[in-house]
Amino acid sequence: MPRAELTKLQNERLRAVVKRVYENVPFYKKKFDEMGLKPEDICSIEDLTKLPFTNKQDLRDNYPFDLFAVPMDEVVRIHASSGTTGKQTVVGYTKHDLDIWGEVMARTLGAGGVTKKDIGHISYGYGLFTGGMGGNLGSETVGCATIPASTGNTRRQVTILQDFKPTFILATPSYALTIAEYLAENNIDPASLSLKAGFFGAEPWTEEMRREIENRFQIKAYDIYGLSEAIGPGVAYECECQHGLHVNEDHFLIEIIDPDTGEQLPDGTEGEIVFTCMTKEALPLIRYRTHDVGVRLPGECECGRTFVRMQKPAGRTDDMLIIRGVNVFPSQIESVLMDIEGIAPFFQMVVERDGNLDKLTVLVEMTEDAFTDEIRILEDMTRKVTEAIHSVLGIAVRVKLVEPRSIERFEGKAKRVIDKRTQVNF
Amino acid sequence: MLLKQISVFVENRHGAIRDIAGVLANAGINIRAMSIADTADFGIVRLIVDKRKEALSALRENGMTVKETDVLALSVPDRPGAMYEALTALAASEVMIEYSYGFVSPINGEATCILRCDDQEKALGCLTSKGFKLLTAEEIK
Repeated sequence: MPRAELTKLQNERLRAVVKRVYENVPFYKKKFDEMGLKPEDICSIEDLTKLPFTNKQDLRDNYPFDLFAVPMDEVVRIHASSGTTGKQTVVGYTKHDLDIWGEVMARTLGAGGVTKKDIGHISYGYGLFTGGMGGNLGSETVGCATIPASTGNTRRQVTILQDFKPTFILATPSYALTIAEYLAENNIDPASLSLKAGFFGAEPWTEEMRREIENRFQIKAYDIYGLSEAIGPGVAYECECQHGLHVNEDHFLIEIIDPDTGEQLPDGTEGEIVFTCMTKEALPLIRYRTHDVGVRLPGECECGRTFVRMQKPAGRTDDMLIIRGVNVFPSQIESVLMDIEGIAPFFQMVVERDGNLDKLTVLVEMTEDAFTDEIRILEDMTRKVTEAIHSVLGIAVRVKLVEPRSIERFEGKAKRVIDKRTQVNF
Repeated sequence: MLLKQISVFVENRHGAIRDIAGVLANAGINIRAMSIADTADFGIVRLIVDKRKEALSALRENGMTVKETDVLALSVPDRPGAMYEALTALAASEVMIEYSYGFVSPINGEATCILRCDDQEKALGCLTSKGFKLLTAEEIK
């Protein structure tokens, strides 16, 4: 689509969504009114900066459904991701939203050469997490035979790869490498599989990991980007040039802002990624602050697509960690520990990559109050903390009691996170 | 007679127990007996020392997590069957032993068995009524 035409479409869609949220979401009406802003004040994407930001906290404050812009009987799907205090970030979709999701995911797959003749193997987790269902939807929208393999049980995954002969796979990069390792251990030649392409995302990975996946599977590995608050996977995708991710700009407006001042930054400058969902009906977020650090790449892509490209996000503006595709905040661990008697407020999260799997260890400082000569009681305590953290985060964790004052302090506060994964990219 | 044992929390790391011994050495404290209970991630070092109060404050001053626990110091006569008799007495009273370690008494040169039981008072009563000798803190010094 030529740029001028795209801009015209964006202007129309932005005007429409601003009107919709003002009329249907009390949160936005209140915010606009407080700012003295009327929907008519927004004529084009040039006026975007007049609009207020939406933060993750706003989703929490309006938990679970108060930011929805349609009545619940219009909603056909709910997804959720973990929040900071055990409260999840809930997102909803109308039938039309699912069509959009299918479309943007289909574009993602199409850009990697997938056609309806292909067979898709979806190894993202199915459930409240958007990865599995989103990948599934995209694959079916293209018209591919789609295998909802979900994640885990690597041996069965490999049997499916061998017998069903899928031609492309969707997985977290680390799980893809787990599968690759299984192939190597069992002397299965990746060339004997039918895979041609893979679409990987939902956790930090580097160019080195991409090369490794490409070598080990002998496929082309594409990066995909998304977040449930926008729609899930499919917000931005890589084309054959593999030089930045094209943002589906007919649905999502991308801005890069200075995280401190909130000011919009020019293309080529690093800042916080902000999205506005123009076409979604159930949860059309306005200027949603992702806390992902990114860059809008200037210039056009050699592939000929006019959609602007963003660089693979290079970190976070907040303390969120992505562990095995799950969003984890140190404050979640803190609130769990606070609820357990006799546990010190000093803890440290150590994130490592064991083989290809992220591993989280939480070190908890022992206190004299909690200490007892009975091993059984200490082990019970460790187990209690382990289970409580597991139930809040949804991922397995190892809890280790450590000596008091053994955790490194920084200006009196314990250093909360040690991320030993070499991958810093999202 | 119940005796106070010092328990110290330690992580599984190189030099952890050495550090404890170092603190006690600097404070001029004599270790009479020591035992280590370990799990995958941490351990508990249990100590019988000559100067308990001084040992406790020295360990605390060095940032260690300590706790006092009541144990029994059973003097076991140096002959076959002596241990069996003591344990038979405890078993008959349905007392469970949680852990135990031994050392040689500096006073009478007899084997001393440190016992931690599920019911310390009951164990104490049972052993004394059967004529077994239990060492006091004084006798450990």
